[in-house]
Amino acid sequence: MNEQKPYSVSLPTGQSETKLTLAEGLRPRMETRGLSVYYGKKMGVRNVSMPIYANTVTALIGPSGCGKTTFLRALNRMHDLTPIARIEGEALLDGQNIYAPGVDAVEIRRKIGMVFQKPNPFPTLTIYDNVAAGLKLMGVRRRDVLDEAVERSLTQAVLWDEVKDRLRAPGMSLSGGQQQRLCIARALTVQPEVLLMDEPTSALDPISTQSIEDLLTELKKHVTIAIVTHNMQQAGRVSDFTGYFLLGDLIEFGPTNQLFTNPKDAHTEAYITGRFG
Amino acid sequence: MTPPSSIASVIPKGGNLRIRRVWNSVMLVLLVLGSIVVVSPLIAVLGAVLVNGLATINWAFLTQEFRPVTEGGGGVWHAIVGTLLMNLLALLIGGLLGFAGGVLLSEYPDHPINPYLRTISDLLNGLPALLKGLVIYAIIVLPTGMFSGYAGALALAIILTPIVLRATEGVLQLVPWSVREAGLALGLPRWRVIISLVIPAATAGVVTGLMLGFARAAGEAAPLYFTAGGSQFLNFNLGQQTESLALTIFKYANEPSVLRQEQAWGAALILTIMVLIASLLARWATRKYN
Repeated sequence: MNEQKPYSVSLPTGQSETKLTLAEGLRPRMETRGLSVYYGKKMGVRNVSMPIYANTVTALIGPSGCGKTTFLRALNRMHDLTPIARIEGEALLDGQNIYAPGVDAVEIRRKIGMVFQKPNPFPTLTIYDNVAAGLKLMGVRRRDVLDEAVERSLTQAVLWDEVKDRLRAPGMSLSGGQQQRLCIARALTVQPEVLLMDEPTSALDPISTQSIEDLLTELKKHVTIAIVTHNMQQAGRVSDFTGYFLLGDLIEFGPTNQLFTNPKDAHTEAYITGRFG
Repeated sequence: MTPPSSIASVIPKGGNLRIRRVWNSVMLVLLVLGSIVVVSPLIAVLGAVLVNGLATINWAFLTQEFRPVTEGGGGVWHAIVGTLLMNLLALLIGGLLGFAGGVLLSEYPDHPINPYLRTISDLLNGLPALLKGLVIYAIIVLPTGMFSGYAGALALAIILTPIVLRATEGVLQLVPWSVREAGLALGLPRWRVIISLVIPAATAGVVTGLMLGFARAAGEAAPLYFTAGGSQFLNFNLGQQTESLALTIFKYANEPSVLRQEQAWGAALILTIMVLIASLLARWATRKYN
């Protein structure tokens, strides 16, 4: 298509005060430079350069098959498990390339958690053990530490009140929306610096969706969030920055307000106004 | 031909509901008949074993060793002990090997050794059990110059391994990929995800696979002929010649004595019950995983 423009975040002057305070504290927690993902000969994502700012929510939007999920999974090296997948370019976490030789993918994933499209609690574990799994399997044995971590994560994921009396019930016994919040709690327990979410609400009803959206606003105080979504209203509601993908290219990246109200690219405009996609 | 003005106009009046009902009944009858054809031989075999075996089994038969026909024929206690010892050892060896192989095939699909492992396992599965006994005969019995329960257990282990391997691979593949992804995304190393998250999710299936292998091995007589050698004496030491119920059944069924033939039925029933108990125990032990 066209060559990738370097990203630029130019906040229009005269924005509201909240926007400006957001802009002042901006610091990229993650950043990709010319990142491409190939499946065999097929291109999944081409030459994407974009920042993911600390303590913000970045939404990745675009039509089906545009590469947004592929891009997201490249950010914590989930493609390592797909033998035919090949990565080019760099993905930086706090300035360090996670694909540099000698970098351990396990260490990277410890810092960059992920929530998946479908709720995927560990099928044999209880609610408590699902949330504690990360810590337990890393060797944390102390009961008080685990108890505290489980309560904190479940509270953060707005699930504590619903499950505090049945922590020993199977994780699978929860409803779909609760399961997804359980998975978010599980991801939070290991205190990731970045949380990648791949359409976390696509399998949920509106009420569960709203509770998770509310959660994001709360969570970004502690973590940096990148969320793939098919739902543009959702992107508009929850995100501070938005990247629009099309056919593997990042077409446009910018503050969500700006991208939605004043898109620079005709493709973006067509998509967000619902004429395409 | 002009196309019909609407689809509704070409659908027969009343639809084809009556024909569909008739077909439904016909198919249901065929299905039931098919099930009966499949299940009836199984019931016939089990029934024959049960009826004939029950007539023979009594306390003495269960607790006595071999005795000549002229002294009442004795019992099969020595064979029960031999079967248990050899099969448990075989389950330990073959179960571990097969389990490890199954995990490798399922969880590390790109490992260079896998094509060989898969071929060898399929070959082993297809080879007659007798040949596996001969292999152990050649590499263990001949050099050591004696039949032993250990040699028998090894032969049974070879029979067990490919069964457990394939079963393990199969049930691990049934564990959703998302379980592995969820574990890895928590920053857990792959081996930890496999051991603590994937395998527990497949426990019931793995144990079923082990039981399948155990049942198969418990019923094998041929490979024990050249390895365990059979015995008429009670013996808890696998270093010596060892009897197995399958061997007993084979030997007694071929004897002219009616008493021995009846005892073969009895041994068959005991073997069947042992396998049944083993699988019930396995189900009970893994009940919380179902």
